[in-house]
Amino acid sequence: MTDSEIRGAFADGPALVSYVAAGDPSAEASKEYVEALVEGGSDVIELGLPFSEPVAEGTTIQNAIKRALDAGMTPDAYLDLVRELDVDVPIVCMTYYNLIYQYGESEARSASENASGDEPRASGGPEEFVEAAAEAGISGFVVPDLPVNESEAMYEACREHGLDLIFIVAPTTTPERLESMLDRTTGFVYVQGRLGTTGARDDVSEDTPEALERLQDADVPKAVGFGISSGEQAREVIASGADGVIVGSAYVDIVADGVENDLPAGEVADRLEELAAELKQGARKGLPEPERK
Amino acid sequence: MSDQSQRTTGEQETRAGKFGAYGGQYVPEVLMPAVEELADAYERYVLENEDGFVDDFRQRIREFGGRPTPLSHAENLSERYGFDVYLKREDLLHGGAHKLNNALGQVLLAKYMGKERIVAETGAGQHGTATAMACAYLDMPCEIYMGRTDVNRQRPNVFRMRIHDAEVNPVDVGSGTLKEAINETMRDWATNVEDTHYVIGSVVGPHPFPAMVRDFQSVISEEMREQSRERLGELPEAVIACAGGGSNTMGAFSAFVGSAKLPGAPEGTHEPAPDVDLLAVEAGGSSLGVDKDEGYAPNSASLSTGTEGVLHGARTKLLQTEEGQIVESHSVSAGLDYAGVGPELAHLVDEGRVEPVNVDDDAALEAFHRLSREEGIIPALESSHAVAYLEEYAAHRAAGNASGDEPRAGDGPVVVNVSGRGDKDLDTVIEESAARDVAGAPTMEVFEE
Repeated sequence: MTDSEIRGAFADGPALVSYVAAGDPSAEASKEYVEALVEGGSDVIELGLPFSEPVAEGTTIQNAIKRALDAGMTPDAYLDLVRELDVDVPIVCMTYYNLIYQYGESEARSASENASGDEPRASGGPEEFVEAAAEAGISGFVVPDLPVNESEAMYEACREHGLDLIFIVAPTTTPERLESMLDRTTGFVYVQGRLGTTGARDDVSEDTPEALERLQDADVPKAVGFGISSGEQAREVIASGADGVIVGSAYVDIVADGVENDLPAGEVADRLEELAAELKQGARKGLPEPERK
Repeated sequence: MSDQSQRTTGEQETRAGKFGAYGGQYVPEVLMPAVEELADAYERYVLENEDGFVDDFRQRIREFGGRPTPLSHAENLSERYGFDVYLKREDLLHGGAHKLNNALGQVLLAKYMGKERIVAETGAGQHGTATAMACAYLDMPCEIYMGRTDVNRQRPNVFRMRIHDAEVNPVDVGSGTLKEAINETMRDWATNVEDTHYVIGSVVGPHPFPAMVRDFQSVISEEMREQSRERLGELPEAVIACAGGGSNTMGAFSAFVGSAKLPGAPEGTHEPAPDVDLLAVEAGGSSLGVDKDEGYAPNSASLSTGTEGVLHGARTKLLQTEEGQIVESHSVSAGLDYAGVGPELAHLVDEGRVEPVNVDDDAALEAFHRLSREEGIIPALESSHAVAYLEEYAAHRAAGNASGDEPRAGDGPVVVNVSGRGDKDLDTVIEESAARDVAGAPTMEVFEE
């Protein structure tokens, strides 16, 4: 397997994967936030493309998605935002399958309606969005409601355009499912650290070391997410054997606080950069002494 | 023996959970093992009757549920329309709606699977009530999620759930209706997946839910066929049922399209019957359009106006924007107020086996009063949509040949599935009837000072 850009981001010690929702609270602000997260030491940016029914998210990200949708975020605006980003880390698009599936449908739909008054065409597919995402500079996808058994078309589209398709391994994932996921996973494996939905927690789940142990032999970097919010937690996760940490809700809490208290975007960006730096430092501390850089 | 080639949904499709282009299992990975475990349990217990599960279900739905429900001749409606109208009386099932068939089936299945806790979502409250009832009966702890808007418009059902010792959690997100309640229940399930079963209330969601819920509800059409043969000596010319998610619709239609059946079904009750018209009546709300700028559909007619997409675990027909954001739906009936529909129903519509039609809020309210006044039956607002369609159906039937439309088959009897009783809707009906000046509606004004 050739090294992807995302996989490369894990090459220099523990990687910090940072999530924010695009367009929360505006496209302009989230551009600034992404840049701050990279300044703070993020190695990969997971940029959420907001979907109206985010069933895998907890309240924090759910509210962020609502703010972004209310501010007018759309798949096209999202791709524009990605094109405008001035960062040198890979960007992963995290979204739900319906948005990917529908993309590119609208023009065909109105064309056919105008021309013949026919019914809208019946089937969509992921190819058009994956192609557009690749052109805009996206390096990979996380699609929480697309389990490996429904991922054939998406996997093919990603392969064709050289993008990584990242699967989430849950604590409940069976060995058989794990095997089929690892067959298709490129970039990194997203290890869901606990049951439930996304959301910042005060502790690292006891299940994390066990989850990582199961993936010991997998030839792909392992990043743990769901509930990580502090440098100390990042340290613990890396010490348990992970190659990276994924943080989302803890940043989104800062964004939400900024919205609630009407803080200038610059101030919010500073706080995001600070938290990213703390997480990155914590992650480094998780490495055994001789490996620290 | 039925001809397999005529079957619209055969056993193979049922086991695979794919109905043409629709169906599937689009859920977060954390839920996949639970969904697979459920699919396995569905095959063993429901399709194969392992440990006598289906016998147990059939006995309990008789003794606890009060099945079979009658097929009643609606004399006054028959006179009004000039053809025989029969009502399948799911309003007489224990709890007052068809919902118990599925809730009892699933809670019993959860018991057989060794699950320790039940969660469910509810729109109008009928499914929540049925689930709470089945949980009390089978001694299972139960938690129900319900949108805040629906909590406010369906208060009697909220109280009924609580009487059965269920916990009711209002959901404040979005428009506070069924869609949000489903999202929230999925989140609970994802957190407690190891010991919890999610009783989905309709033929929606990831496989095996659409097939399994249909099977539990198929007792409706199984009885319809038997009763039609005994009472009428023939099958009905048409079956009319309201469609939100589509559980009573699929229940009323499945034996006529030859869907896979529950073990122990009487011989000949699941043969395909292509001559029976199957009409799915959707909520036309106040208008059939979708306001694309506002992201709002003033209707819940996803079969008539929706487009293909992926929501809540399945590929199906949805009310959505061109970009794929799901829009808020609307119906005067909380139970129909949903942006999606069951994948098998979407498939049957594509195949031309089921005809999607719709009536608006006003027509449904008028039908509510008509059935109450003329037949002494207070129908649920959901069922009122099916009853309302009789008006249009009668007009079509009279004009069919003259208008060049495809003529209805003849002068045979028609069955309307009265999916539930309307006591729960009285507050809404009083308010909406007064606000809209609905024909034939009594008012409470004369009693007010």
